[in-house]
Amino acid sequence: MSLLIGVSYGLLLFMLSAGLTLIFSMMGVLNFAHASFYMLGAYFAFQLSEWTNFWVAFLIAPMIVALLGGLFERYVLRKTHKFGHVAELLVTFGLSFVVLEIVQLIWGRTSVDYKVPAALDGSLFKLFNSTFPTYRAFMMVVAIGMLVSLFLVLKKTRIGLVIQAALTHPEATEALGHNVPRVFALVFAGGCALAGLAGVIGGNAFITEPGMAQSVGAIIFVVVVVGGMGSLAGALIASILIGVMQTFAVGLDWSFVGGLKSLGFTVTPETFGYPLWKLKLSQTAPILPYLLLVVMLVVRPKGLLGTRDE
Amino acid sequence: MSNSTVKPLKPLHFRPLNGVRIVVWSAFALILLFLPIIMRSNFVLTLLCAMGIASIACMSFNMLLGQAGMLSFGHAVYTGLGAFFAIHSMNWIAGGSSIPMWLVPLVGGLGGFAVGALLGYITTRKAGTPFSMITLGVGELVFAAALMFPEFFGGEAGISANRTAGQGWLHDMGVNFGSQTQVYYLIAAYLFVCTAAMYAFTLTPLGRIANAVRDNAERTEFVGYDTRWVRYLIVMASSFFAGIAGGLSAISFESATAELLHGVRSGSYLLFTFLGGVGFFFGPLIGGVLLIFSLYVLSELTKAWQLYVGIVFLIMVVFAPGGFSALFMLNLRRVKYGEWRKMRWPYAGMAFFGLIALWGFAALVEMAYQIQVAAGSGSALTVARISLDAAKGSSWAIAAVVLVFGGIGFEFWRRKFAKVWSDGEERIAEAIKRAEAAIV
Repeated sequence: MSLLIGVSYGLLLFMLSAGLTLIFSMMGVLNFAHASFYMLGAYFAFQLSEWTNFWVAFLIAPMIVALLGGLFERYVLRKTHKFGHVAELLVTFGLSFVVLEIVQLIWGRTSVDYKVPAALDGSLFKLFNSTFPTYRAFMMVVAIGMLVSLFLVLKKTRIGLVIQAALTHPEATEALGHNVPRVFALVFAGGCALAGLAGVIGGNAFITEPGMAQSVGAIIFVVVVVGGMGSLAGALIASILIGVMQTFAVGLDWSFVGGLKSLGFTVTPETFGYPLWKLKLSQTAPILPYLLLVVMLVVRPKGLLGTRDE
Repeated sequence: MSNSTVKPLKPLHFRPLNGVRIVVWSAFALILLFLPIIMRSNFVLTLLCAMGIASIACMSFNMLLGQAGMLSFGHAVYTGLGAFFAIHSMNWIAGGSSIPMWLVPLVGGLGGFAVGALLGYITTRKAGTPFSMITLGVGELVFAAALMFPEFFGGEAGISANRTAGQGWLHDMGVNFGSQTQVYYLIAAYLFVCTAAMYAFTLTPLGRIANAVRDNAERTEFVGYDTRWVRYLIVMASSFFAGIAGGLSAISFESATAELLHGVRSGSYLLFTFLGGVGFFFGPLIGGVLLIFSLYVLSELTKAWQLYVGIVFLIMVVFAPGGFSALFMLNLRRVKYGEWRKMRWPYAGMAFFGLIALWGFAALVEMAYQIQVAAGSGSALTVARISLDAAKGSSWAIAAVVLVFGGIGFEFWRRKFAKVWSDGEERIAEAIKRAEAAIV
């Protein structure tokens, strides 16, 4: 059961990191504001579902986010391109700052009441006395559907071919008459749409508040580094790994004290380093992704499926 | 061209103690010495203390960003942990240890150095964008871990200490840091020494190689330098000075909380160092002053200060990526080549309409905030002494009209300015070319 919950969380992470990876591998731009687009998606969905219903929001909100992302790429990000990657990273960092403030300006500093639609509320089935919410299943279906369509678009359509070509050989693609900057804007908008969609389905599963961008932002960076910079498959594996790991850890209260006890050692508050030994695994859940990052960097700096070693 | 007498460039000699440097550094020391005497107010003194600390932190950040091209999102880890080491050493002093209190910032520095040696080993495995992402992750890791070890970090409440404790000859002379003035002079002394040390560091071979790593890492590697080792050394040096800043803040506030390690703080170091300017050594000094000014003064004036800071930051990244220090130096260059006079009117026009547009924008933002955040205190407010009512449509209309009017005027003058600016740039380039030709 925890496994399923973990996988659904991991798939949500993947929706976010897929857009980030796509943008990064294509333009070399690390979109620091990616999680902000996720947050915008959730807030737009909340607002639209207040005015109309969830299904309209589900369709429209990602499109608005994509439009905003495309406009940002066209009118701000492209201007900083000549100053190099640090400037591009900084401009998205500044954007995340401004988006946070604007969200607080419009929707206030506390969380908004963005609810799961009634049709998807309730439990799907029971397993070992714990229920699996229908909405989680819906999240998984949407994420997998998105994954498959992303794969099909990239591999089977003409625009996907152009994107792949622009990814590896931008000059040659340009020479063949394709508008590479426009392809970049399109990819940026597409990545933002994925983030927005993740916000639409994640905002009501978790909580829609101004802090949501920051809480998820660092984790998707971990996903991208652990999976290997620019590798979509690596991002998928890393997302699910982290999702499952975090969900499991929350439910377990193992600690070194217990572990050592079963090995025949006794640990008392006087033992050296007791604060470390007495920590429960459930307490460490928030830092597990970052520990994974550190371990990964020490063991395999290029990430799970990464190819470049910078 | 009016500039008919061509001045030849002088050949360069390395003289570390030249006239300009003596004047600049003496002036810096004098300013630090006399500022609290000119400004006799407690609030200003507190402000100056915080500015000194923030300036050291921003300069240490710029060792990474400006000098070695490493964009870190986790600098607060080093300042924050430095503060914790310092606060624990202050409590040892209170418990009878014989370290004099004025050495506590150095303890913080050494603590920062040790943390830098530990974490830098991991973060510097990558350069460029991955480095940034890893520092962000490590920053989150340290912040989250801090809440798990209340024994060292004091949990939510943090750890407090008493700076007047301790012994030593300075303490016997009556310098027990009981008054804010004494704390100020301690900070000023550290600021001066750290600034000098960091400046000297930029001139060392290591400092120069760091510039090479920033500009072209591949080539530096090819010449035979281990770029990862260079990055690692720079991170350690930078975290030493960051730790000193943390130690000074521990003395100044007599407490340290886990909040010091938070990513928001790292972000503000980045933001204000950039606003000050990464290209010039004194840029981060301006950045530190701006940081404290926004944090203490601007936040009192308006609740939306973070929005303004964010927008200014975005505008600066897009249009003036050198920060305020570069703007200052570019204008100084204009003065040197006698080009500044032509820009007086465009500047005046831009300032005039810019302020009008700013008022309109600020009025809109403040009214929105009044409705959303401060609804309890009614809908009336004043923006720059002009009273408005957020509940009335007329106020919104006025603000919007003013914004549009100011914006159009600003854009008109900005185009004139852009033309004058690029013309002047060409003339300066020509003048430099002629001066170069005169040596040969």
